[in-house]
Amino acid sequence: MLYINCPHCGMRSQNEFSYGGDASVKRPELNKEVSDQEWDNFVYNRKSLRGKHLELWQHISGCRQWIKVERDTATHEIFRTFKADEEFA
Amino acid sequence: MTQAFRIENGGLINRDKKLSFKFNGKTYFGYEGDTLASALLANGVHLVGRSFKYHRPRGFFGAGVDEPYAVVQLYRNGETEPNIKATEQELFEGLEAKSVNCWPSVNFDIGAINNFLRIFLPAGFYYKTFMWPKSFWYRIYEPFIRKAAGLGVASTKHDKERYEHKYEHCDLLIAGSGPSGLAGAYAAAKNGAKVILAEDKPRFGGSLLTSDVNIGNQSGKDWAEGIIAELKTMPNVVVKNRSQIFGYYDHNMLVMSEKVSDHLPSTKKYHPNKRLWYIRAKEVLISSGSIERPIVFGNNDTPGVMLSSAAKEYLKVYGVLVGRKPLVFTNNDSGYETAIEFKKHGVDPVVLDSRKNPDSEIIDEANNLGINIKNSYVVVAAQGYKKVKSADIASISEDKKQLGKIENIQCDCICVSGFWTPTIHLASQSGNKTKFKEEIDAFVPGQSKQNEITLGAANGEFSLEETLKTSFTAGSELSKKITENDNKIAIPNVVEKKSSQHDKFWCVPLPKGKSYKRFLDFQNDVAVSDVEIALREGYRSIEHVKRYTTLGMATDQGKTSNLNGLQLVSEIENKVVPAVGHTTFRPPYTPVSIGAIVGREVGKHSKPTRKSPMHSWHEKNNAVFVDAGVWLRPRYYRRGNENLFEGSKREAKNVRTNVGVCDVTTLGKIDIKGPDAAELLNRVYTNAWLKLPVGKARYGVMLREDGIVMDDGTTTRISENHYHMTTTTAQAANVLSHLEYYLQLVWPELNVNVVSTTEQWAGAAIAGPKSRDLLQKLFPNSDVSNEGLPFMGYMEGDLFGVKARIYRISFSGELAYEVNVESDYGNFMWEKIIEVGEEFNIQPYGTEALSTLRIEMGHVAGSELDGRTIPFDNALEGLVSKKKDFIGKRSLQRSAFIAEDRQRIVGVVPLDKQTSIPEGSHLVKDDKAPLPNPKLGHISASCWSVEYDNPFSLAILKDGKNMIGQKLFAMSPLKNKVIPVEIVSSHYVDPKGERVRS
Repeated sequence: MLYINCPHCGMRSQNEFSYGGDASVKRPELNKEVSDQEWDNFVYNRKSLRGKHLELWQHISGCRQWIKVERDTATHEIFRTFKADEEFA
Repeated sequence: MTQAFRIENGGLINRDKKLSFKFNGKTYFGYEGDTLASALLANGVHLVGRSFKYHRPRGFFGAGVDEPYAVVQLYRNGETEPNIKATEQELFEGLEAKSVNCWPSVNFDIGAINNFLRIFLPAGFYYKTFMWPKSFWYRIYEPFIRKAAGLGVASTKHDKERYEHKYEHCDLLIAGSGPSGLAGAYAAAKNGAKVILAEDKPRFGGSLLTSDVNIGNQSGKDWAEGIIAELKTMPNVVVKNRSQIFGYYDHNMLVMSEKVSDHLPSTKKYHPNKRLWYIRAKEVLISSGSIERPIVFGNNDTPGVMLSSAAKEYLKVYGVLVGRKPLVFTNNDSGYETAIEFKKHGVDPVVLDSRKNPDSEIIDEANNLGINIKNSYVVVAAQGYKKVKSADIASISEDKKQLGKIENIQCDCICVSGFWTPTIHLASQSGNKTKFKEEIDAFVPGQSKQNEITLGAANGEFSLEETLKTSFTAGSELSKKITENDNKIAIPNVVEKKSSQHDKFWCVPLPKGKSYKRFLDFQNDVAVSDVEIALREGYRSIEHVKRYTTLGMATDQGKTSNLNGLQLVSEIENKVVPAVGHTTFRPPYTPVSIGAIVGREVGKHSKPTRKSPMHSWHEKNNAVFVDAGVWLRPRYYRRGNENLFEGSKREAKNVRTNVGVCDVTTLGKIDIKGPDAAELLNRVYTNAWLKLPVGKARYGVMLREDGIVMDDGTTTRISENHYHMTTTTAQAANVLSHLEYYLQLVWPELNVNVVSTTEQWAGAAIAGPKSRDLLQKLFPNSDVSNEGLPFMGYMEGDLFGVKARIYRISFSGELAYEVNVESDYGNFMWEKIIEVGEEFNIQPYGTEALSTLRIEMGHVAGSELDGRTIPFDNALEGLVSKKKDFIGKRSLQRSAFIAEDRQRIVGVVPLDKQTSIPEGSHLVKDDKAPLPNPKLGHISASCWSVEYDNPFSLAILKDGKNMIGQKLFAMSPLKNKVIPVEIVSSHYVDPKGERVRS
């Protein structure tokens, strides 16, 4: 079971969180013309990376905040975690 | 029965407490502190079971977790448990156990014919033989194999025992209480670290219990006892025996199974049988020790052949002689330690050492005691069927290829030592890259991946002095990092005998003309010849060899077999062992009860049960409950001998004619506040929300980004910047997460807060033509007339002194209201409604009537919003705004979603107006068409229409829009029904929606 450092609450077990997928996906702006391809990329197409992956988790049984987690998909190592509004390099 | 093999004195058992037990129906005696294995051996019982494949007689091979054979079926306190190792099961008064894998009895087992058919049962036999014809697998092969194989029988009864889970954090977790575990624990504890020390056996001390060493001028055993006693007094230390750490998972999470009650005749009141500990450790010290390795020779599975360390443990811990004429077969000094113990107890052993000129302190001692030692000698084969009677022995050439003349010597047991294999399972599970250590012919942990360190014998370090030194140091260093204390500990003096180099010899060659079975894996009956076949047939990867031959599988996980298997593969393949590699060690290290894994989450505890504030009223009024998500809701209120059909029909009918009340507390409720609340709703729902006036409710549908309907419900504008959203019972949690996702990540600029208020409000839906009259009586000071409170209106009211929210919304399609009060007043509200409603013939109605009412009105619910439908499919396209953008809108342009013949909700009525259509039935054009009959749609919900008194269903049907009036067939192969039906409008009752506005 992973041990995730919630930037709001501190170290918490994985069973307090729910997974939210790739954090690098940006929703197209509202009321903007979007091609089929762009929309498909947003809704469906995801890379299945091996290695470092920036992903979303929600601390659902804690502060309920969505957070960003940089995790290695092969080793499960977690490098860094961010608040939802924090940008990352 | 006398305990003929129990020595007069000695051992760590309590001779003052005699215990009786039964094995295979026969009564024996042992002592408190015995295991089932030691007690049986004290009684001279060696035959405990039959082997897995060949049903050969099997005895005891080890004395603990390493035991591959002695698996029994245990009977305790009216319960039975399979797969119990006799070497681990502590004796208690009245214990009963039986052999497994044998029929009709362990002494005469019909399956042993497999032993003579063994040339027909080589590796891969099952794969090759039981494959064809395919249909035979389920009917013939599988039942046969199931009957023939297996390690006992699981009980089919409900398990009365209780199992608990515990979550724990610590600075240092230590697996194993041998010398390195004790030293590490002691040093870390002295530095103030929070330490958990786990020992799988009942007694602490590991190898110190049986080895002849001195630590700080005490015997090893006394030193261990002293350390444990001191650790137990320290508040920062948890010391646990009978506790096996069986799994090492991500981020230093380890799981330990504590046997709380297995050593007692019955579990104490309020105690669990087992407790599963989930331990998150900052640092882990693996001090799991090592397991003695067998040497492979002919018939090496005969009862009476066992590890020399086990023989020593039976003697020193339990005071039991495993034989009176022992033969010790060794390639290292450990065998001599066992021989010396025999000699000390007046038994004359013979030692066969594969080495030519071994020389060490231990061997000198053995010589001085006058022990008969034969160098360059090996056991070629054990003789005897149900028990060792003699051994064929021979001298062996220096290259270990040529055997000398075979002699037969009498013996009643053969104690084998092929050196030691470090127990690296936990380290390997943690992701540690193990490495091969040439000097000991075994793998040891290498590069750590997590915060784990392996010390002592588990790390291939067999010197006690070195082990204590590194372990004290590691305990200090690891704890210093965490607590920043640095209390120096003096490392005690150690007196131990120096050992000489072991012999890299593991398998006795077959003498010419002989074809003895030489077993590698005792539990799975894998012999040298099986691995040879696998390699001959082209299996190269060790993982494939494992699966083809079953080497190292099952509960044993290769504890004694792993390395000898690798030695064989590397020899045949002409590779070195590290190039062959080892198979993956997987948790659990030892079998874990399913009960312990499940813990308390059984039956109604498997998920939380949520009850509305009116629950006890429902109970008192004969409600029959149904699970709705995690909620318990009344399905109907039984009157007399009514069944579900009759009861729900009565309730629904009463709503259509008088008035009914339904507990709708379970609906998800979300409080939405902030200046941008309207904007959020406008983006989340498909319809327009910016112009909703205060005091008005609106029905809305929300989509996922892929255009599929996520949920529906009404949202009410309570005040300028305050909205009250309702969701379906099932989707409440998901909708809240959904809103939070968009507010926190996508549109953080929106100034809105959302919070769940599901538990804060109790809700009652009052529905039926007389509902307004009732409402007026409930709220005499409010104007609830059609003008004062129109359809989709909202007001606050005073319910006999309690503040209430009144929404004029309807799911039943009747004139209806929903009243909310704070949860604490829920029951008060309910009782008032029932009391005041009496004059209007009010009846409570449950979810079944609720469904009936909504189905015949064509209102969609979870069975239509099933994660596969878009608004059009549910005839909700009128709610999809063309002007504004919202979540999922772009997806609605997908070609499949705008196809001309897109599926759509319809009503379905059986032509005979009699036959109810099973939910899930498929709609087809031609009931006689060959399979697969093209499916046009499916029945999503069925009811008995109380309006028309005939069956009515909703369906999602291809091109539903143009199918009204068509005749189709509803087919349910599950219920074996074919029903001719007519497609009608989904709005079966009051299609114009006049009633809700009346």
